[in-house]
Amino acid sequence: MEFKITKKANLLTMFLIVFGIVFTGIGVVVETSFHHHGEHLGQRISGNLLIDSFFFFAIGLGALFFLALQYATETGWYASVKRVIEAVAGFLPVGVGLLIVALIVITIQQGAHIYIWMDPQVVAHDELIQGKSAYLNIPFFWIRTLVYLGTYLLFWRGFKSRSLLEDQVGGTEIHFKNYKKAALFLVFFAVFSSTSSWDWIMSIDVHWFSTLFGWYIFAGMWCSTMIVLVTLTLFLKKKGYLPNVNESHIHDLGKWTFATSFLWSYLWFSQFMLIWYANIPEETTYHLTRIKDFKFLYFGMFIINFAFPMLLLMSRDAKRHAGVLTFVGMIVLFGHWVDVYIMVMAGSMGANAYIGFMEIGLLLLVLGLFIRVVLTNLSKAPLTVKNHPFLDESIHHEI
Amino acid sequence: MHKEAAIREPLILGHKTYHDITQDVCKPIEDKAPRMWYILFAIALIIGLYGVGCIMYLLGTGIGTWGLNKTIGWAWDITNFVWWVGIGHAGTLISAVLLLFRQKWRMAINRSAEAMTIFAVFMAGLFPLIHMGRLWLAYWVLPLPNQFGSLWVNFNSPLLWDVFAISTYLSVSVVFWYIGLIPDFATLRDRVKRPIPKRMYSILSFGWSGRAKQWNRFELVSLVLAGVATPLVFSVHSIVSFDFATSVIPGWHTTIFPPYFVAGAVFSGFAMVQTLMLVMRKAMKLEAYIHTRHVEYMNIVIMVTGSIVGTAYITELFISWYSGVEYEAYAFINRATGPYWWAYWSMMTCNVISPQLMWIRPLRRSLIFTFIISIVVNIGMWFERYVIIVTSIHRDYLPSSWSMHYPSHIDLGVYVGTIGLFFVFFLLFARFFPVLPIAELKTILKSSGESYKNAPDTHHGHDDHSESENNNNH
Repeated sequence: MEFKITKKANLLTMFLIVFGIVFTGIGVVVETSFHHHGEHLGQRISGNLLIDSFFFFAIGLGALFFLALQYATETGWYASVKRVIEAVAGFLPVGVGLLIVALIVITIQQGAHIYIWMDPQVVAHDELIQGKSAYLNIPFFWIRTLVYLGTYLLFWRGFKSRSLLEDQVGGTEIHFKNYKKAALFLVFFAVFSSTSSWDWIMSIDVHWFSTLFGWYIFAGMWCSTMIVLVTLTLFLKKKGYLPNVNESHIHDLGKWTFATSFLWSYLWFSQFMLIWYANIPEETTYHLTRIKDFKFLYFGMFIINFAFPMLLLMSRDAKRHAGVLTFVGMIVLFGHWVDVYIMVMAGSMGANAYIGFMEIGLLLLVLGLFIRVVLTNLSKAPLTVKNHPFLDESIHHEI
Repeated sequence: MHKEAAIREPLILGHKTYHDITQDVCKPIEDKAPRMWYILFAIALIIGLYGVGCIMYLLGTGIGTWGLNKTIGWAWDITNFVWWVGIGHAGTLISAVLLLFRQKWRMAINRSAEAMTIFAVFMAGLFPLIHMGRLWLAYWVLPLPNQFGSLWVNFNSPLLWDVFAISTYLSVSVVFWYIGLIPDFATLRDRVKRPIPKRMYSILSFGWSGRAKQWNRFELVSLVLAGVATPLVFSVHSIVSFDFATSVIPGWHTTIFPPYFVAGAVFSGFAMVQTLMLVMRKAMKLEAYIHTRHVEYMNIVIMVTGSIVGTAYITELFISWYSGVEYEAYAFINRATGPYWWAYWSMMTCNVISPQLMWIRPLRRSLIFTFIISIVVNIGMWFERYVIIVTSIHRDYLPSSWSMHYPSHIDLGVYVGTIGLFFVFFLLFARFFPVLPIAELKTILKSSGESYKNAPDTHHGHDDHSESENNNNH
């Protein structure tokens, strides 16, 4: 079945993008005229670019990871929603582009007071950063960034073309090739997802360190991805596009949302509790900054991201109910955006950060772009896969 | 019945019928035990009793009979404790997490893995108890308002959280295991002839009659317990890791500990399942139910969890440099090059390198190779705990307190003794309990049994959507 972007959807994304641009513009004006005469303008724009490009890039990457996980574990039920996963993973090239733009903008401003280790003047007076400069320096940072992104894009290209090819030729050869490639991807992903989050996010609080950090970022990204996947599936199902998707598929996606939000909460708690308990100043600084300047958002975000899915998605019926899933999903998705917002802003803008026109504007802008790209991806390939070896299992999926 | 693609390998080999399954599982229980069983049992019992003897001597004389000293206050005993708890992770993971993931292959191994889990947790619990020195005061760890000296136990201590976590885990695991056994005990009750076993199985089966309503409740309870047990799988080893990570000892205090301990626990637990299953399938002639494919699946789990553990090792190593904390960096350099280098490199070889060999398909499908690796992995995981515990504390902040740990023969005796006791329990289980879930296996026979899977489509009965089955080459 072919997906067509309706006029309404088209208008909505345009609306989001235009509003995003207008809001961002207002944000810039507000910042230059009212707040310290634009002293923080560069930092604030760069920070916002990093937040939104990373957040949506991570959703695309999360979908690619989820797809690879299905291949590598030879899962059957997902075959009916495979194209939905691929459409979200298909945001990856755009997400990569946005992330590169954000990182370039930061690099040419010598870190824009976000990556302060990029600023030679800061490094000259900072022994701790000097100790890390074998790892944290601009050339090596960019080599790593390009290697991560290049690898992700190459794997995505392979998965995409093989998926379309399978529709044409069938057989089991493509299946086994996907199985192998997916296992290989997961190896790269396991290492890169950690190291890239140290590079892009943890190095903002450059004096701080946490071994768990990479896995924490990964869990948040996975959870956001599952929310997007379940919501998009529900939307398409409602429009009558996915005939093979029944309540059981929705239930399974709902279970993943539930499980990954638990995983995220577990890792958040592990990281917070261990640092709080040991109470070593080098480590507690991270949470203290957040508690000082972002108390409401920081704990509010955790409580919402943990309690909402736990309480509202616990029951079987809730995980099959479109309304409940979408409601919880949207709130928690925003919760995870706030998580990324705090991660970037607390370490850079600190007390000067607030959610204003610019924050909302850039979020709407990239969100509009994200929806537009994903919907376009959906319209480019048939929504039902053919010749997938587990398609029959998926059609008869009942739990 | 769930649809299963023909591309999937069958889980039950040969031309088995429902009756064959019952027969194959019940026969070893109903027959006389083979001589080998008695020999193994005697060996395990002697080793176990030697361990009990060592514990008696320890309790009578005091903890001084161990190789501990003032600097290294935890060593051999806590290593063994964590090692056994880790092994005790596979069972509930297999029965709960794999149930939620609808992995049918788990049915070949879940019963014995759960039994193994319970016995391993028994062994684990022994160590903190005897480390108290005064076993008869063990109830002091319970939060009873008391006049022992302090009104309450120390709720701030992760050691106390351990008491809660492990006892909860043990209770849920036992209930989960037992619920699964009920229908199978009923099968045995209906089959055995001799009056005493009949009476015993009748009591054990709780009057199970196999009515539809009972099956309905049975499935519901299994699912609920799986939901309860899954967070427990995470919590137990997370809390064990808190014993170390909440401290300020370099090498212990690191945030990755909780998830990495969980992965390590699953890693060692699956290795122990492999060791036991590979022997059991042969001894009890269960090759049709536990075959290459099952071994391969378990090896993949071992490979994945081993890789997670390896990634965590390297993350710790990197961050110890990146953090710029001298003590942290020293702890890791000392591990690799200090007096305990051999323990560190044994750990690295066994836990990081050996599971990577499972990438090679013929190797992960080779039963002999798997058996060897499964033992190597458990040796490695024992060393991991020894490395974490001993190397992190043997270099105290004051060089005058630096020390080494040398295990005494009592240390060795208690450890080997627990292995003996573990096998005593497991051999008794294998002798008197149905080692495979008879009822559950029957539910997958038609969808995953070899003779049904490959039969012409008419055998599937009502099903008319089989296009995908025809376009592959099986």
